[in-house]
This record gives sequence, C-alpha cells and structure tokens, in this order.
Amino acid sequence: MSEPVVETQDLSVRFGGVLAVNNVTFTLRERELRCLIGPNGAGKSTFFKSVTGQLRGAQSSGRVMIRGQDITGWRTHHIVRLGVGVKTQVPSVLNGLSVQENLWLAARRTLGRDGADAAVDEVLADLDLGAIARRPVGELAHGQRQLVEIGLVLAGKPWLVLLDEPAAGTTSAETERLVAIVKRINQSATVIVVDHDMHFVRMLGGRITVFHQGAILVEGGADEVLSDARVREVYLGSRAR
Amino acid sequence: MTGANFGIGRLRWNWFAAAALALLLLPLVAETNTPTLLAIWCLFALSLGLMWGYAGILSFGHAAYFGLGAYTYAIASFNIGESTAPLLLAILVPAVIAAIIGALMFYGRISDVYLGVMTLVVTLILNRFMNATAGDAYRIGNARLGGFNGIPAFPTLNLPGDTDTAIYGVPYYYVVVVALLLAYLLARGILASAFGRTLIGIRENEARMELLGYNVPAYKTAIFALSGAMAGLAGCFFANWAEIVTPGVFSLGQSAEVIIWVIVGGLGTLIGPMIGAVVLGMLKIALGYQTLVDNSLVSGAILILVVLLIPRGFVPAFTLWRRRLAQAQAQRRQTRGTRRRRVATQDAPT
Repeated sequence: MSEPVVETQDLSVRFGGVLAVNNVTFTLRERELRCLIGPNGAGKSTFFKSVTGQLRGAQSSGRVMIRGQDITGWRTHHIVRLGVGVKTQVPSVLNGLSVQENLWLAARRTLGRDGADAAVDEVLADLDLGAIARRPVGELAHGQRQLVEIGLVLAGKPWLVLLDEPAAGTTSAETERLVAIVKRINQSATVIVVDHDMHFVRMLGGRITVFHQGAILVEGGADEVLSDARVREVYLGSRAR
Repeated sequence: MTGANFGIGRLRWNWFAAAALALLLLPLVAETNTPTLLAIWCLFALSLGLMWGYAGILSFGHAAYFGLGAYTYAIASFNIGESTAPLLLAILVPAVIAAIIGALMFYGRISDVYLGVMTLVVTLILNRFMNATAGDAYRIGNARLGGFNGIPAFPTLNLPGDTDTAIYGVPYYYVVVVALLLAYLLARGILASAFGRTLIGIRENEARMELLGYNVPAYKTAIFALSGAMAGLAGCFFANWAEIVTPGVFSLGQSAEVIIWVIVGGLGTLIGPMIGAVVLGMLKIALGYQTLVDNSLVSGAILILVVLLIPRGFVPAFTLWRRRLAQAQAQRRQTRGTRRRRVATQDAPT
C-alpha cells in the first residue's frame, strides 16, 4: 500500500460553542481520488479548510500532516508551496483580470516567469478556455469561473489537489466535463473532492468519506457507502426511502 | 504572453520624452518656485497612487512618511552638514518605519477600515508629538525639534561633496523634476515586473493569491515601505523648498489632500494622481490669495463632485471617452464602407 499523503490525527475545530469538526482521523494515499460528502453543516468544508490552513482564529486541536510533515498551524501559502492546489467553495478568482492573467499569476510562482507563459497556453488548451482567454473573469458565467479556478489550480502543477464543490452551480454538460477533468487530474495527482451532488460523486467513482455532525460516519467505495443505512438516514434522508 | 498586460499599457516613450522636455524647458518661460512645489506634490501623490491604485492599500495617514522624510532631512542636515547623507536618510528612515508599521499590520492581518485607522493614528501621533517638542530638552544632536515652530534654517541641498554650492532656484527645480521622472519610471518598472503583477493580483483577491502560494503580507509590506520611501523623498524636497519643517507636514489635512489628488486624478493610474496634484495644487495656491472661501471647503466640494460625476477620476474617464470615440469612428467607417460596396454592387453592369 502506498504512503499516506494527507493525514489528520484527532482533528477538532470549534467555533465558539459549536464543534464543527469532531476528533477526525483521516488518511489519504498517493494517487487516490477521495470524495468527502455529507449534508450541509456536516463539517466537510471546515475539515477541508483546516487541512489547507484557511481557518485562522478558530480553536483547533489535533494534527494535520502532509507527506509525513506536520503542517498544523501553518499559513496557507506555506501549505500550498508544498505542491498543493486548492479550489474553494465559492469561486475565488481575480475578477478584474483576464483569464490568461489569472493563469499567469498561478503559474508564475511555481514555474518562474519564463515557464509561466507555456503553462498558461497549456491550461488554456487543456480546459478549452482559449476563446475567453482575454475576457475579464468577472464578466464570465458561473460555470466558466469554476473552470477558470480549476485552471488556477492546475497551472501551479500540484501533486495534491483539493476541490471544494467544483460542480456547484454547473449545468449537466459542464458537470460531465468536470468529471473528465477531475479524472485526468487524478492521473498525475492525489485528489480530494468535497461535494454533495451525489450524481457527480458517483460519476467520479473514487472512495467516499461521509461526514456527519463534524465526525466521519463511514468510509468506503461508492456502492458500499451509498447503500449504508446510516448514510441513507443522515445524508439522503427521505429521498432514499 | 500576448495581450496580458495587467491593465498597464506600454510606456509611450515619445509622450514621456515630450513631457520631460516640456518640464525641462519650463524655466525658460516661467518662474520655477510654484512648479517645484507642484512637482513635489506630484511625487507625493505618485507614492500613494502606486500603493493604493495597484496594491489596494489605502493609507489615511500617508503624510506620516512625507513628514518623516522632511524631519529626517532637517535633523540630519543640521548634524551632518553635507546634504547627500541626509537626503539618503530621508528616504531610508521613512522606508524602514513604513516597513515596520506595514509588517505589524499585514502580518497581523489588519485590513480594510482598521488599516485606515492604524495609518491615521500613526500620523496623528507624530503630529501631536512634534507639536509638543518645544524647549531645549527636545533636540537630536545639534537639531532642536522646535515644537509648533518646527526646525528652520537647516542647511539645504548642496552639490554632492561641496557644501559651499547650494542647490536652489532653477537647479533645484531640475533636481526635483528629474527625481519625479525617475520615480515615475521606477513605478512603471515595478508594475511591469512580476512583483508588480503580483501586487495587482493581491489588489484583486488577497485570499486567492495566498491560495496560489504567494506570501501576501510580505508583498504588501514591501510596497508599503517603497511607497513610504517615495513619500519620504517628497517630504525631503518639500523641506528644502520651504526651508523650514513644522508639524504641519504630519497634519490630517496633508493626508486628506493627497487622497483627494489620487481620487480626482484617477485611482489605478500613475499619471492620474500627478494630474490631480497639479490641478488641485494650482487651485489651492490660487485660492491662497483670497480669504473669502476656505481652501479645504473647495477641495472637499471638488471631491464630492468628482465622486458623484466621474467616480473613477479624470484620467480613467478620459481614457474611456477616447476608447468610445475610437470605437464610434471605426463603426462609422465600417458603415460607410458597407454602404459604398452596396452602391458599387448595384451600379455594376449585369
């Protein structure tokens, strides 16, 4: 079995009186595609943010490790510099700049000024963004902005990719395209996807971790997890019955 | 990368050369006292315009660094005599203090209105402190700080290494103008560099830039220090122009004025803040000759009018107008061409 690339040990995050992540011990191995699912407020996005160092000011305990290195309490940019690419829940892009300017800034940090130009062209071609390359990102439709943000992640050539709700607000055609893109990313990188679109998660086909009330409820393959009675109860609810 | 200029157009060297030539020939047709002051204000406005317009950091107390430059020069020149080291110190001291304050704010994650309040408080403290430095106890080496009356009669700029040859009048105008032109080129160079593009990215979305692995507080601290250095140089020139430094250089009015110049001229441009400084500076000087209307009231009224009528400022509004005019002309030419072709087709023998 390959080495773990992301590990959390007894990770807890508290916002005042609310325990958002409750004692989570989680392991992700090299080249794995893992989906984190759960109903709203289950703690999956908080868990995601605590792994990427985005939760400053929250009370937290436990340890987070990436490739065996303890990154607990690290700042986001330090974690990203390990080779981590992050897509946030609400598209976080540079609205006033064009698509290619966004991608250039993403590529420049890892590849330098010369390598950035080539990486921009590569991502534009890869995600078929050539037609909108010069348009300001703020003028684009939601689905296109989602794609641009994935482009930002890819331009940095990460080996660990964390995608928070990449399919939110996309059309079914865009979702299918997204599945192909995520699978392609997974050929060269370990991927975590946080989503609650079951159709999307099924199409991705990776292992699933179900969150409920801040803790891991169950973990396993798609069929195994989705047929679990507890999952059907807490996540799918009445629709499953 | 073709077409990706991050909103920074190419420097038109012919325009730059023409402007530089006009500035250098100005002493042949006009007195240089007022133009020197306007050039100093341009440099001050440029320092804030660069930081605010391209890195998104608004300092409500930018006069702090202007004043520090002025006081540092006055104190150092009293103690050193020869003006080269005081001039360099007038750049260095504000830069270092801005770097310290910037690091405290940006690594401490202070932003938005809190950042404005912090910067404002710094300049108010300096203003209060300098006002309270009357008496012999407040001296640094040979320089008495002088409280409300400030520091008069310090040695002004001299030729480097030659304390007997003072630089004043027209030569002083040239020194200030050349420094302004160099500062402008430096600002353009910064914006064209990877560092400048990163600042623009930070202005657009700080959180995303952090998620791309950029050390945002470090970049913000760097531009804050650089802007402080530029403001310090402007303050040093102002001290040499006025030949006296008073706590007024730290005043709230001074900080507010530079913000108004930047807004009126056009935030997000380099030329806009300088145009704002020249136009409003000339107006301020003109209004100084009368006692009917208060200067600040006029500046305030102009700011309100500009914010209401041309919120992006004069230069961006002019650029937009020129672009629309060019588009309209191109459209007219296209329509005329289509009409001619249609007529030619109808007239053609069948």
